[in-house]
Amino acid sequence: MSDTVDYRQISKNGLWTNNPALVQLLGLCPLLAVTGSVVNALGLGLATLMVVTSSNMIVSLIRKGVSDAVRLPAFVMIIAALTTCIELLMNAFTYELYTILGIFIPLIVTNCAILGRADAFASKNKLLPSTVDGLTMGLGFLLVLLAIGAVRELLGSGTLFANMHLLFGEGARGWTLTVFPNYPGFLVAILPPGAFIVAGFLIALKNVIDSGIERRQETRRAKPIKGSKRVRTTGAIS
Amino acid sequence: MLRVSSPHTHNRRDSGQIMRLVMVATVPGLLALTLFFGWGSLFNVALACATAVLCEALVMKLRGRPVMFYLRDCSALVTGVLLGLALPPYCPWWLVVVGSATAIILAKQLYGGMGFNPFNPAMVGYVVLLISFPVAMTQWAAPAGVLADQVGFIEGMRQIWGGVPIDGYTAATPLDVVKQNSSLLLDDVYTTDPTLSEGVWAGAGWEWVNIGFLLGGLFLLYQRVFTWHAPVSMLVTLTLMAALFYDGGSSHSGGSPLFHLLSGATMLGAFFIVTDPVTSAVSNRGRMVYGALVGVLLYVMRYWSNYPDAIAFAVLLMNFAAPFIDYYTVPRTYGHKKSRPATNKGEH
Repeated sequence: MSDTVDYRQISKNGLWTNNPALVQLLGLCPLLAVTGSVVNALGLGLATLMVVTSSNMIVSLIRKGVSDAVRLPAFVMIIAALTTCIELLMNAFTYELYTILGIFIPLIVTNCAILGRADAFASKNKLLPSTVDGLTMGLGFLLVLLAIGAVRELLGSGTLFANMHLLFGEGARGWTLTVFPNYPGFLVAILPPGAFIVAGFLIALKNVIDSGIERRQETRRAKPIKGSKRVRTTGAIS
Repeated sequence: MLRVSSPHTHNRRDSGQIMRLVMVATVPGLLALTLFFGWGSLFNVALACATAVLCEALVMKLRGRPVMFYLRDCSALVTGVLLGLALPPYCPWWLVVVGSATAIILAKQLYGGMGFNPFNPAMVGYVVLLISFPVAMTQWAAPAGVLADQVGFIEGMRQIWGGVPIDGYTAATPLDVVKQNSSLLLDDVYTTDPTLSEGVWAGAGWEWVNIGFLLGGLFLLYQRVFTWHAPVSMLVTLTLMAALFYDGGSSHSGGSPLFHLLSGATMLGAFFIVTDPVTSAVSNRGRMVYGALVGVLLYVMRYWSNYPDAIAFAVLLMNFAAPFIDYYTVPRTYGHKKSRPATNKGEH
């Protein structure tokens, strides 16, 4: 590892190029299960963000003391301990959301995106890069959760930001945007198939954007060099 | 000298011709639907077809394919027709549009278009609607003769486009009546329920709709658009299951075999859905297994599930299983003693 760490590259990796949800396709279980509304997605996304950031920090700190043979059990123990903390915190402060998300909060332990970052990045890097990596990976995951949650809530019940008071207290009760009044409700969007369909469309959208960027770079690269127009007809330049 | 005909030259139909034949074959069933349940089905078919063709053209344009070339094979139209036939008459217009667009865009084109879809597009559209809008999808118009007057043009249009409800134009379908019945003997159900008492075997209207689709199916069979294996085995297993659970017409009876053959979407499913060449099994033996299991599932869901009819669910479940069936029913190739599984290439 060189001494200069490219934080921009790490952030770009987590948020876009190597996004855990859209590119690595890790942690799909919570991604698909609890994104029926924005508030659920935000709740679980924040919890995951906290766990992945702090687990990356701790793993990075102890990386020299843990032998290769036992590193995975050790990492899982750390992640489990952190998840338990988050679970207790949510139980204390956002009890209703805690009951809605239910089993998916303890299941953060098994989110392979977190263990993947601990093993692939934090166990090989210093504290600060590991923290940045955990933060941006978690943020990338959170943003995808939010996008899927928003689309599904919009299609499924015609609202946005409903029940935000579960996370932000009573003041957020009025945040609900009713986009389509008298909406009959498109149930499939809220049911599990809707999650798969929306996630699929998001992945497709990302690929479209990526190929668009690539094409633009290619045309820029392939720009003809101005100058002599003479065509060489015989021989070859040695 | 003997005049030798030429068995080696045959006039193979292209998919456009086959699709047009299928559409022609739906006419008797559509006619019966229109005669007994009013003009709602005609409208559904027209709207579903228009949406399907529009979506197909749109996706083809997006994919950079020749639009007219793909529209000419009429497969989008057939999907529209089948979905339109399955939807309840006088349902709101957006229901038809959402279903048709789902069928073409999601179930067909996202998988690669004609010939690549693992699931029957019309049935995917139908199931998405049934799951999403259960109330609107379970309002079926009463057949002619049960209610005093049919739904008129103006009030029908107002319900379809404006959501202004029509008073009491619906009635429970025979399948629903038999399913909900828990206290009457089957004979008594047949005399008390208005729809069933107006009919002979399976309720006014419904039996004729099914006979209409049966006629269309026989026409297609005669034209050799498909083989008999899948539809016949499906109808046979449905009959067997119904005979098994008929129990002489008690209050728990599932209905007689003839009742099951002539009600709901049995014939439409048997001859127009199960026979889809893309999503069903490939070999003749495979088609028999496929059709038979559709029949069993259909009865199981009609009798024990919460839905009165289940063609769409049964067909979609078996679409899942079709590649698996194909794997175990590879036909014996000429010159080999035994057939082998498709992937078993090493041995001889």
